[in-house]
Amino acid sequence: MKNNNLKAWLYLLPALIFLGVFMVYPLIDVFIYSFEEGYNFASQSYYGTGTYNYSYVLRDPYFLQALKNTFILVVITVPLSTCIALLISTGLASIKRLRNLFQTVYFLPYVTNTLAVGLVFMILFKKTEYSPGLVNAVIEAFGGVGIDFIDGPYWAKMFVLCFYTVWVVMPFKILILTSALCSVKQDYYNAAKIDGTSKFRIFRKITLPMISPMLFYLVITGFIGAFKAYSDAVALFGTDLNTAEMNTIVGYIYDMLYGEGGGYPSFASAAAIILFVIVLTITCVNLTVSKKHVHY
Amino acid sequence: MKVVLKNLTKKFPPINKKAAEGVTAVNNFTFEIPDGKLVGLLGPSGCGKSTALNLICGLLTPTSGKIFFGDDDVTELPPERRGVGLVFQNYALYPHLTVRQNIIFPLENLKGKDKLTKAQMNEKALEIAKLVQIDSLMDRKPGELSGGQQQRVAIARALVKMPRVLLLDEPLSNLDARLRLQTREEISRIQKETGITTVFVTHDQEEAMSISDIIVVMKDGVVQQVGKPQDVYDEPTNLFVAKFLGTPPINVFSGCVKDSKLYIGEDFVLDANGVSDREVYVGIRPEGFVLTESGKFNCELSRVEVMGRDISVVATNAHSENPTVRAIISAENKLDLAAKTVSFDLKPNKVFIFDKTTEERIK
Amino acid sequence: MTKQTDFDKIEKRAKAGELCLRIVTYALLALWATIVLFPFYWMILTSVKSFSAYNAEYIPQFYTTSPTLANYTTAFTAVPLGQYFLNTLIFTVATTAIMMAVIIPAAYAFARLEFKGKNLLFTLFLSLMMIPNELVVITNYVTVTNLDMRNTFAGLILPSVMSVFYVYLLKENFAQIPDQLYYAAKVDGTSDFKYLFKVMIPMCKPTVITIIILKVIECWNSYVWPRLVTDDEAYYLVSNGIQTIRQSGFGRENIPAMMAAVVAISLPLIVLFLVFRKKIMAGVVRGGLKG
Repeated sequence: MKNNNLKAWLYLLPALIFLGVFMVYPLIDVFIYSFEEGYNFASQSYYGTGTYNYSYVLRDPYFLQALKNTFILVVITVPLSTCIALLISTGLASIKRLRNLFQTVYFLPYVTNTLAVGLVFMILFKKTEYSPGLVNAVIEAFGGVGIDFIDGPYWAKMFVLCFYTVWVVMPFKILILTSALCSVKQDYYNAAKIDGTSKFRIFRKITLPMISPMLFYLVITGFIGAFKAYSDAVALFGTDLNTAEMNTIVGYIYDMLYGEGGGYPSFASAAAIILFVIVLTITCVNLTVSKKHVHY
Repeated sequence: MKVVLKNLTKKFPPINKKAAEGVTAVNNFTFEIPDGKLVGLLGPSGCGKSTALNLICGLLTPTSGKIFFGDDDVTELPPERRGVGLVFQNYALYPHLTVRQNIIFPLENLKGKDKLTKAQMNEKALEIAKLVQIDSLMDRKPGELSGGQQQRVAIARALVKMPRVLLLDEPLSNLDARLRLQTREEISRIQKETGITTVFVTHDQEEAMSISDIIVVMKDGVVQQVGKPQDVYDEPTNLFVAKFLGTPPINVFSGCVKDSKLYIGEDFVLDANGVSDREVYVGIRPEGFVLTESGKFNCELSRVEVMGRDISVVATNAHSENPTVRAIISAENKLDLAAKTVSFDLKPNKVFIFDKTTEERIK
Repeated sequence: MTKQTDFDKIEKRAKAGELCLRIVTYALLALWATIVLFPFYWMILTSVKSFSAYNAEYIPQFYTTSPTLANYTTAFTAVPLGQYFLNTLIFTVATTAIMMAVIIPAAYAFARLEFKGKNLLFTLFLSLMMIPNELVVITNYVTVTNLDMRNTFAGLILPSVMSVFYVYLLKENFAQIPDQLYYAAKVDGTSDFKYLFKVMIPMCKPTVITIIILKVIECWNSYVWPRLVTDDEAYYLVSNGIQTIRQSGFGRENIPAMMAAVVAISLPLIVLFLVFRKKIMAGVVRGGLKG
């Protein structure tokens, strides 16, 4: 038995070392950083402890901008992407022909580099002196007025960001929902059909409750993911997100840590913990709601 | 290789803190398995027979007691050093390896002077595969084999390193009825050809009786009786053994002995010389009934089942411990199906008397 | 007789409705497929338009009559794209390999070995799954900087190695292997190590492959951490490279060359995906459902 204990710990040792150094220690450390005031990266010294970092971050207009952007992004993309994914998955689950092809196509964005494809989106939406860009060309062809979606007004930029975010998160949601829909037993549908239930009613009364655990799971992970949005924004608007007014909370953390005018790990830590608290709260609310509504 | 078990006891600790006591799975098991014999460990589920098998192979270590292989004390040895081969109930074949690779697997573990070359391993594997008649299946995966074939592969894998003792855990329970008959003959043949001391565990008394040289009947971790199958059947030491062996099972009645005479209810059925007066259980084997018009033992006839060679008379008796009494008699007997009662004489050697409180046999 | 026609009518109407629904469904699916595929089409199209042709188009054209591969040459010569590829390859292979070497023994210990404190430790492991990366990245950045590991492969790789989720996934899979196989191997004198490599890993091959593929995708596309710890172009990964290309461009906003770089970067994973399509999708579903 003693021998066994030793062996087990030996097998676990590499994992424990990696976790200890790169996860557990940083986790503790980030709290300490967030309370150390005036931390200087070069000399690694600070003058005192307190909550100044938090109050600084919460009053920083860049952070408030990032907070606003992130919330708008979350509120728009999470419901939207979930609804569209549900619609598409339902369609996908109801057909036989071409299903595999569609599924493969829909999954493609999952395996592509967010930064790289973001560049394509940028080109599609960008308006330059030489060319209005494809999207604007289409808008103008229909008699609309072109806008620069990349360097133009705030809502135009937000639209592109939301659009790209939805495009990026779709594959996962479609895949999960389709497999959830396909795992609902055909018997239930057959039973309902014999009773003469309409298609819409079947969907509302049988399909939705059956996949509700998955749906809530997707909403929860969708919230968490959307709150951590960053690289989509970088892909579209470049690394200087503050100037573009398109920064996100995570972007703010990284800018504080590194990048233009960076080097403030204390502020970054405070912002990271604020983000963590927000995400935790939302997740808890989500879980409470889902417990009430998921029936099994 | 003879195997000696001395006062073997295995206690399992309580599963959780609430259960005050642990379970004693094997209690004071002493037994000697003669060299080259096929021994069946028999008992209902939970009687400790599998624990006993695991103790012999070394997957479990006993709480107290000793195990000897020949003259070597192997009690403390880990399984791989004991030289045992074990066949699992569900065969435990490695699904991703071919039959050949499965059989060779144990050989690859040999180290030092026992180490074999690839060619030697293949040769040995083929030799064993021929013995169990699966040499044509060597490159298949276990998933492509039938249950009986998988069983043979498992036996081959256990035999390939020439174990001193071969252990089989419920070897036939995963096979269908027809294969079971065939496979048990097969096991018996392989055991005789190799001459390896073999222990197998089963809950099926027919299986144990049919191929074992010796059977060991267990109940609640305690050995009830050891002996040749026929001897145990003919001379059970207690009511449990009598009830456990034989199909259809023995008929049990409550009765009493008075003035050296055995009564079931009002019926005086047999002389019981030398038995003092007391309440008893009477066990009568189904084949112990002789249909006689003026028989001493009367039952109410329920129905007759014809089985060709024999007929099975199903009757009821107020003193029976079971709902029905079942007698097997030759089909040549003529039986009046309309009759309400049926009378038997009893064959004395098929009737056993047990003390009502201890359930021990009275001779 | 009239009843008969009624039935016919009902049947016809139902059939028409069914057909309508089907058409709408396929139209919807095709629409989304177009939205998904269009950026891919556009990047390939643009990447084969010549620089002058592209700039001459006021309204972008949906096709080109004179495709050229010149942009790919530019992409690989004007910026060290080849270097970025090599770096990403080293990073991906090393990270994935080290991760497998770390998580397999850990998963084995949790699934197969009995030791004191196992349940407690495993619960702690699971709770670590909920910690967002953003929280630990800050200290890791400081640690790596202090250890002078910025702009080194060690600094890039080591903090990216560990993934608690994959330990969990693998452990669950290992635990499904019946105990009897382990006992059978024990009786034959198989060491734990050999049992792990000869029996458990081959039997869990689908899961192992899934984990490898998912980790490769993750590594290939990772952007945030490499951006933090590298500012020397010699250590840029493709994501950082593409970002640099975006900021500084190929001289005068050479968009076709940029798109050629994007195609080159996206291609390896798309090929990997098309080859292991079923495994990857099944793996993502399993990962998603269990998480």
